Amino acid sequence: MTRIDKKFADLKSQGRAGLVTFITGGDPDYDTSLAILKALPGAGADIIEIGMPFSDPMADGPAIQASSLRALNAGQTMKKTLSMVREFRTKDDTTPIVLMGYYNPIYVYPVDRFVADAVEAGADGLIVVDLPPEEDEELRPAATAAGMNVIRLATPTTDAKRLPAVLSNTSGFVYYVSIAGITGTAAPDIDSVAAHVGRIKANTSLPIAVGFGVKTEDQVSAFARIAEGVVVGSALVSALAQSLDGEGKATEATKPELLGLVKRLSSVLRHPAETVAV
Amino acid sequence: MSTVTDTPAQNTYRAGPDEQGHFGLYGGRFVAETLMPLILELEQAYADAQADPSFQAELDALLAHYAGRPSPLYFAERLTEHLGGAKIYFKRDELNHTGSHKINNCLGQIQLARRMGRTRIIAETGAGQHGVAVATVAARFGLPCVIYMGATDIERQRPNVFRMKLLGAEVKAVTSGSGTLKDAMNDALRDWIANVHDTFYIIGTVAGPHPYPAMVRNFQSVIGKETREQMMEREGRLPDTLVACIGGGSNAMGLFHDFLDDPSVTIYGVEAGGHGIDVENGHAASMTGGKPGVLHGNRTYLLQDDDGQILEGHSISAGLDYPGVGPEHSWLKDSGRVTYVSVTDKEALTAFQLCTKLEGIIPALEPSHALAYVTKLAPTLPSDNLLVMNMCGRGDKDIFAVAEHLHMEM
Repeated sequence: MTRIDKKFADLKSQGRAGLVTFITGGDPDYDTSLAILKALPGAGADIIEIGMPFSDPMADGPAIQASSLRALNAGQTMKKTLSMVREFRTKDDTTPIVLMGYYNPIYVYPVDRFVADAVEAGADGLIVVDLPPEEDEELRPAATAAGMNVIRLATPTTDAKRLPAVLSNTSGFVYYVSIAGITGTAAPDIDSVAAHVGRIKANTSLPIAVGFGVKTEDQVSAFARIAEGVVVGSALVSALAQSLDGEGKATEATKPELLGLVKRLSSVLRHPAETVAV
Repeated sequence: MSTVTDTPAQNTYRAGPDEQGHFGLYGGRFVAETLMPLILELEQAYADAQADPSFQAELDALLAHYAGRPSPLYFAERLTEHLGGAKIYFKRDELNHTGSHKINNCLGQIQLARRMGRTRIIAETGAGQHGVAVATVAARFGLPCVIYMGATDIERQRPNVFRMKLLGAEVKAVTSGSGTLKDAMNDALRDWIANVHDTFYIIGTVAGPHPYPAMVRNFQSVIGKETREQMMEREGRLPDTLVACIGGGSNAMGLFHDFLDDPSVTIYGVEAGGHGIDVENGHAASMTGGKPGVLHGNRTYLLQDDDGQILEGHSISAGLDYPGVGPEHSWLKDSGRVTYVSVTDKEALTAFQLCTKLEGIIPALEPSHALAYVTKLAPTLPSDNLLVMNMCGRGDKDIFAVAEHLHMEM
């Protein structure tokens, strides 16, 4: 069992959905990003996705693009992203960490060394946006063998014929992309998401996390009723961006604003008695 | 990780790609899941169209009567005399409707879009030649069209931006990243992901996810097929040497593909060396100055740093200023069938002026790179060496940029 498997089992026993939070590694700088990462579980994040910055994130909207470029301009590299995970793990051995990004930085790392370093650092899962089932043979078996979950994306365009292939080698959870679009640009339609999630559930016993376009407490609450996890990404990244100064540098407000939003979103998933403290 | 670079199993260089869209290590379908079903549908629709004789017949009629094919194979007599070596021919694809080879591919893809019932066209453009060709075919068939173009490129290719607007296209300025072709391609892909239900993406070069590299090559291979016939007619034999410029590589694949299995034909692809191949991030020569990676749906040679971040690259030519190259070129490079070289901005500008003065042809800055290599290569070859250079675009669009570089008053 990976930390991801344990977390979803734990959430199930609590009878609630989990909050999956996305931050871009190194945005707006390494130290601020690491401080936020360390504080996320305390603010109510159940699972943490760390974006591995890429210069050309073509499935992402303006907020996450800008966030990747801020991180890269501040000197973030793959090695530094893995080092954030390593530092986080010295204090937290239970919160799952999923690395999310695009294939090229992994490919040139290269793959075998990336998998070894990611596992050693304490990462639990991997989402590679531009590596569909047709191309993931060169990464997935190595990552799975090393004990990582490789999480695949299902989308509104994934039809019934294709769904089994998408689900066949995924583990940890299934990430359902709630809109046919780029991250954070449109509001997902709850009925259509429910229908798709139902179709996926009929084909797998894995937990499902829904993401792309989730911004408000109401949306978190609605998706929590149909899926095991709700992913919030662009909304957090936008909140971080708004807290920066005119030159894109962190301010006093950066960490508390981001964590405050996480706390508000996570509180709707928890019983009033166990509201988290920041 | 695949590490084997295939040499062809059979004795042919023309069999690729395989069913998964791979040319050896290169190519493939590295796209987000949202696009994957669309790519598969496109592949099927293209296979159906290829099997339908009426598809090719309609395309042939459009190429003949709308685009003006076949383009002439012209003996560049004064350039040949001046250089004193190989007998130089130009394949005159700059005489096509819209002024470049791009129309060959656009007519093919818009026919496919119509077969698939798509009602909205999107495209990326660098120099604007592809954008103009897309806007043209969209106007011809009455489909709305959005062209993504980097803000930097909009500035240096104003005449083409105006042409696209006249043709009814919406030109969207892309300001993300470096505001050039790669960023325009990112935004076109984002548009496609968000509008999968009605939109057809006309990619302009032999890159992107399978089936685009093979499909665009096939639509462009008319260039090489005509060249073969015309040369047989003129000289009674095959050419000895082919030269074409490479950005993404569509005009080059179009010329080369028909000749890949003719061992007597020596083939050169000319990349944009910008300020020089040794200047970091100062050129756009992905094969002579980059390494394999994954971008825009395919694995290919890329300009990138040690962390796998894509570099912007530089070329005087907006059409060559792309950090990648079509995957089939990457495979042809590794297999040794094609020799890839680079020339600098300065050399291209000199060749631009030479051709204009000696032949009365104003070449685009893109084929000026091929010409610059011809000026080095031709004098080393015997006078019976038949050399064909693809004059893939005309230079009207570039006169403002050239005036600026040469410090000339217009």
